[in-house]
Amino acid sequence: MQTILILGANSDIAKALAHEYAEHGYHLCLAVRNSERLDEDVHDLKIRYQVEVQSLEFDAEDYASHEDFYHKLSPKPHGVIWAIGYLGDQQQAQVDFEHAEMIVRANYLGAISILNIVANDLESRKSGFIVGISSVAGDRGRQSNYIYGSAKAGLTAYLAGLRNRLYSSNVHVLTVKPGYVYTKMSSHLNLPPKLTAQPADVAKDIFQAQQKLKNILYTKWYWNFIMMIVKLIPEGIFKKLSL
Amino acid sequence: MQLSGWGNYPKIKAKVHRFATAEDLQSLLECNGEYIVRGLGRSYGDSSLASHVISTDNFNRILSFDENKGVVCCQAGIQLKEILNVFIPRGWFLPVTPGTKFITIGGAIASDVHGKNHHVDGSFSRHLLEMTVMLGDGRVIKCSPGLEKDLFWATCGGMGLTGVILTATFRLIRIETAYIHQETLKARNLEHVMELFEASNEWTYSVAWIDCRSRGKNLGRSLLMRGEHVTSAGLNEVSSSRSSLKIPVNRCLSVPFDCPEFLMNQYTIKAFNMLYYQRIRNSIESSAVDYNQFFYPLDSVHHWNRIYGKRGFIQYQFVLPRSTSEAGMQRILQEIAKSGLGSFLAVLKLFGPQEESILSFPEPGYTLGLDFPFKPEVIQLFNKLDYLVLHYGGKLYLTKDACMSSYMFKNSYQDNQKFSSLKWRFDISGKFQSIQSKRLEI
Ligand SMILES: Cc1cc2nc3c(=O)[nH]c(=O)nc-3n(C[C@H](O)[C@H](O)[C@H](O)COP(=O)(O)OP(=O)(O)OC[C@H]3O[C@@H](n4cnc5c(N)ncnc54)[C@H](O)[C@@H]3O)c2cc1C
Ligand SMILES: NC(=O)c1ccc[n+]([C@@H]2O[C@H](COP(=O)([O-])OP(=O)(O)OC[C@H]3O[C@@H](n4cnc5c(N)ncnc54)[C@H](OP(=O)(O)O)[C@@H]3O)[C@@H](O)[C@H]2O)c1
Repeated sequence: MQTILILGANSDIAKALAHEYAEHGYHLCLAVRNSERLDEDVHDLKIRYQVEVQSLEFDAEDYASHEDFYHKLSPKPHGVIWAIGYLGDQQQAQVDFEHAEMIVRANYLGAISILNIVANDLESRKSGFIVGISSVAGDRGRQSNYIYGSAKAGLTAYLAGLRNRLYSSNVHVLTVKPGYVYTKMSSHLNLPPKLTAQPADVAKDIFQAQQKLKNILYTKWYWNFIMMIVKLIPEGIFKKLSL
Repeated sequence: MQLSGWGNYPKIKAKVHRFATAEDLQSLLECNGEYIVRGLGRSYGDSSLASHVISTDNFNRILSFDENKGVVCCQAGIQLKEILNVFIPRGWFLPVTPGTKFITIGGAIASDVHGKNHHVDGSFSRHLLEMTVMLGDGRVIKCSPGLEKDLFWATCGGMGLTGVILTATFRLIRIETAYIHQETLKARNLEHVMELFEASNEWTYSVAWIDCRSRGKNLGRSLLMRGEHVTSAGLNEVSSSRSSLKIPVNRCLSVPFDCPEFLMNQYTIKAFNMLYYQRIRNSIESSAVDYNQFFYPLDSVHHWNRIYGKRGFIQYQFVLPRSTSEAGMQRILQEIAKSGLGSFLAVLKLFGPQEESILSFPEPGYTLGLDFPFKPEVIQLFNKLDYLVLHYGGKLYLTKDACMSSYMFKNSYQDNQKFSSLKWRFDISGKFQSIQSKRLEI
């Protein structure tokens, strides 16, 4: 069976994805900043689904290590999922460039660094897929999180380009734009329960969309409509809103 | 957020905290305040309610499994349903299971749950080899019947009041198929059903549904169901097309919102009468049913508790010692039938010997449980029933309780003082308190 590489496997959405793929028989390679934190999950996944599971250290911001990281992977993955994300603090990012830079590195530059390497490999093997978790925040800049949002916008454009490039090599690219999800990242926010999904539901959506070779997935589905409206609001009005 | 137990009564405002690692929990416990742990909130009343609730949702990993011995070690937030899904296909089953698979292992230990096999296999704690518990000060203690046994026996059945159960190691049982051979027997009245229980002592599983509206010489009219795991050979006899450890996926219904309460009685009355008068023409009916149908008939209707409407309901479950069971049940059933307030059906079960856990509910004798839609008159009835239960030397199940008095608790749970002193020894600062434990002055 094929192996899936999950980058940022300690993310709550990524953990749910690990269960989803393992349940469907895929082996897993879980890449995280601190692999010890994942020991219990590795045992759990192995026992529950009787698949092979390994965990490896990976830091998105340590670009120099990426080539070596990917080179050492064995077996090479059939599919790669980018789940890394860093929301940061918008207020701080406005006054502290180092913080802003960190947000851009974790969400955008880190992705380019590793996914370039992945894309080249899959392209040469002429099969496989890449799933990139971006965000609805990348669809339109808002005062409350535009540093994070702009990094995600960059990631969205990057993934669109990859999809276009890899199409002829039979490599599929799925861009995921989650709305609100209950995870570590959002635990300090007061999210509207009716519009906020559980990681397991989002993971099911992503798995389905990837298997069906969808290009762009809003999850949950109603974010399709919400973002359609958000994008339609004329800039003259949008700029006056407190969003 | 607003929180309640399965009975939707009482409802309170609580802050819910989650943790994914023991370290997360440690830092959570450093904050001031009173906490109670919560699994899936399937206890009926206020056992898992407090102003701060620690949910074990995200602490649900399986840590090891010994395929030869069937010994599994997992984190306390795992659901019975998950354990069944993982291990039934490999030929293993839970040693003890309550009437729903939507509970956690932590909840199974803290309420020391019983199943239809209590008379032969005891409650959950009998199969528990070891557990780790985090005390209020953040220390993690490993305990078992041989190690730190005070903590072990206070935590089994201890309703979350000694600390947070982190991991549990317990034994599964071998099965050859996912099916149960079930026999259903008709009983004319209470005396008759008790005879049938005694006669079914050798069966692994037994339970009865009592029609609570029947009176006079029909008082206690019931259906007794008894069962055994089907062997592979046994299954082939019944049907060669069925695969032994896989069962057909069942469709689940869901009750989408609170309903008028008469629906519940209509539903159960129909179900019972259909079985009693039509399906079971002979006094013994036998069939092979899958484990979901046998153990978890109610689980196929999600949120069935909403059938009782917005005001919620309370379950009244008590146990009487064997010596007073017959007289006591008779008297209490009369009182319930007279009131006309209870649900149409009650569940009757014979308990066997029980381990030394201090606050556990089971003891040798009969237990009866039924639902009451919440109304002020019900509280008055409960006062009467409590008096009778005390009189006959019985007690109420804490995990179902929402309104017993501390007087009742202290006079019916013989070892309550021993429990309190252990609780306050392990939980010096009183970190773990539920609305229930305060009401009962534990
Ligand atoms: C339809 C139905 C049928 C049932 N049938 C039966 C039956 O046949 N036999 C039976 O015995 N019970 C039965 N029950 C009751 C149920 O099994 C218990 O209430 C069980 O404890 C619920 O588990 P939970 O995970 O939902 O825990 P909760 O309801 O959330 O909590 C129950 C208690 O356990 C404590 N607790 C939970 N997790 C932990 C932990 N990790 N560490 C320490 N304490 C913890 C809580 O503080 C609380 O005191 C039934 C309930 C329902 C809804
Ligand atoms: N939650 C939402 O509402 C929401 C909405 C839209 C989009 N998203 C996106 O969904 C994805 C998953 O996030 P989540 O919601 O599951 O939140 P999460 O649990 O906080 O996951 C984010 C993960 O990114 C990892 N990470 C951050 N910086 C890293 C770095 N430099 N190197 C390696 N890993 C790094 C974190 O690792 P550690 O565990 O080591 O800290 C963490 O596991 C992210 O891309 C996020 O932007 C989430």
